[in-house]
Amino acid sequence: MGTTSEMIHLLAEAGADIIELGMPFSDPMADGPAIQLSSERALAAGTTLDNILATVGSVRTTCDIPIILMGYLNPIHAYGYERFAHDAAESGVDGVLLVDMPPEEANKFLCHARTAGLDVIFLLTPTSDKSRVAAVSELGSGFLYYVTVTGVTGARQEVSASLADELGRIRKLIKLPIVAGFGISTPQQAASVAAMADGVVVGSAIVKLFQQYSGEMLKKEVRDFVGSLKQAISC
Amino acid sequence: MKYPDKNGHFGDFGGRYVPETLMPALLELEKAYDQYRHDREFKQEFEYYLRQYVGRPNPLYFAEKLTRKLGGAKIYLKREDLNHTGAHKVNNTIGQGLLAKRMGKQRVIAETGAGQHGVATATIAALFGMQCEVFMGEEDTHRQALNVFRMRLLGATVTPVTAGTATLKDAMNEAMRNWVTTIHDTFYVIGTVAGPHPYPMMVRDFQSIIGKEAKQQHRKVEGRLPDCLVACVGGGSNALGLFYPFLKDSSVRMIGVEAAGYGIETGKHAAPLSAGSPGILHGNRTYLLQDQHGQISHAHSISAGLDYPGVGPEHSWMMATGRAEYVSITDEEALEGFNELTREEGIMPALESSHAIAYVMKLAPTMGKDQSIVVCLSGRGDKDIHTVAEAMGVKF
Repeated sequence: MGTTSEMIHLLAEAGADIIELGMPFSDPMADGPAIQLSSERALAAGTTLDNILATVGSVRTTCDIPIILMGYLNPIHAYGYERFAHDAAESGVDGVLLVDMPPEEANKFLCHARTAGLDVIFLLTPTSDKSRVAAVSELGSGFLYYVTVTGVTGARQEVSASLADELGRIRKLIKLPIVAGFGISTPQQAASVAAMADGVVVGSAIVKLFQQYSGEMLKKEVRDFVGSLKQAISC
Repeated sequence: MKYPDKNGHFGDFGGRYVPETLMPALLELEKAYDQYRHDREFKQEFEYYLRQYVGRPNPLYFAEKLTRKLGGAKIYLKREDLNHTGAHKVNNTIGQGLLAKRMGKQRVIAETGAGQHGVATATIAALFGMQCEVFMGEEDTHRQALNVFRMRLLGATVTPVTAGTATLKDAMNEAMRNWVTTIHDTFYVIGTVAGPHPYPMMVRDFQSIIGKEAKQQHRKVEGRLPDCLVACVGGGSNALGLFYPFLKDSSVRMIGVEAAGYGIETGKHAAPLSAGSPGILHGNRTYLLQDQHGQISHAHSISAGLDYPGVGPEHSWMMATGRAEYVSITDEEALEGFNELTREEGIMPALESSHAIAYVMKLAPTMGKDQSIVVCLSGRGDKDIHTVAEAMGVKF
């Protein structure tokens, strides 16, 4: 995991405000091909939650960028909810986002996360109605992750035309900052979403760079790309 | 107390562990199912298709010769193999197809392993005039090439899935991904009593026609309840369909037979209840094959229909409460079961059902001649001829 910790530093220096670190799962049912492949690579390399928490711990000694772990529930279930919440908070993780843990199934993990002082971030989507927004508003902390498309992770051609309306609707019902993601892969898209939300998540597009490049070339590509995103949303 | 509870929990099992995008669709489905399960017209239409199209009721056949040979309890076969399309799967796809129609969905999708559920879904899509796409692990599309062609003849699109292990669990992931994207016009027809609520309950209800008929038929010939029920368990839909109507009859033993593959001790099997641990996959908490880090393991069985690393949550619950027992049968024993039923009764069982037969061969001799066993013959063996030939070293 040497590279992961290097990459976190690099992303932080290049202008990222929050790092979303994926926890690989063998059956990532909400992810498109880029993240599916990255999960397979990570598992083939022997990545476990223990490694990930150790990496965050070592990053924390030199860098204070907020780190959110994102993944699926089963590896955490196997690790033990209480032990995981404790160990994650201890190693400096700020929040956890579990794709297959909707508010209905969150209670057991949530109480341990709260005790440990870990934020639990929930997702809302274009299909979420008022009552679901209310449930997330009650249980979530940190920020709200708004999924901009009705689909899986991965690049899309365009940003949904109705996004402004949808975010407006949700903002009226919820106090948490709203961060929007899924399908955002270019500085132009990031800029247009950033105008409506409090933050923008770019995932698959960066993961693809990890897949394509290595060494100094990778560092340069990541620095340039993240820099261009940062510049686009800052103007 | 009735199970599942309103969030789909069977004790600690079941539930709805899915991405947020799917939640509204599951809630909509649950509401529609709640409405129509009690609707007279819906029930009549369901019964009409089961009778006129599937050919129900199918017989509860007394396997007299096999019974005599084993020298113990009377063996009755519930003949799901005689259904249209050759297995119990169609009971459920008719039910979900009618529901999809009422919900105004024009397109159905399904996952399939052996191809039986894919064929059963493609069949009702043809019947009800709906578009159909079936996701199938690429490895399975080779193992079950005949069923792939069958689905295509029925007008379905078969999409091979290359991700992960390219088998049933990955087909289910891909079907979920597709559903997330197409939720506005698409109905996901899940083939077993697994997945997120309300599927385990709904599939169980549609399949419980198996047990309802068997109970009545057994009473007619024997004048009482059977002593024991035996069925194979992959996801567990034929087993739950047989067991469910007997749940409150505490004198009736229920035995689910999992696939032990090369043997439980080899680690190459598909027996999560016998040798797995609880975890969360495909929207529910249930027994799974997984490593210590919660990564899902590769299942193995000679029978593609049992080759799944999970099991329906209600089975996990029934094992936890002790209401049902779960045992396992190896590939080799299943082949013996296949041969025995074929030779003794002239009935060629599916390799899935052969696991149940193989267990009955062990069980029947330990029981009295005045006792009886009902075994679910969930499907016919035609689809497995190539696999059986290969296992016997025969080349065409």
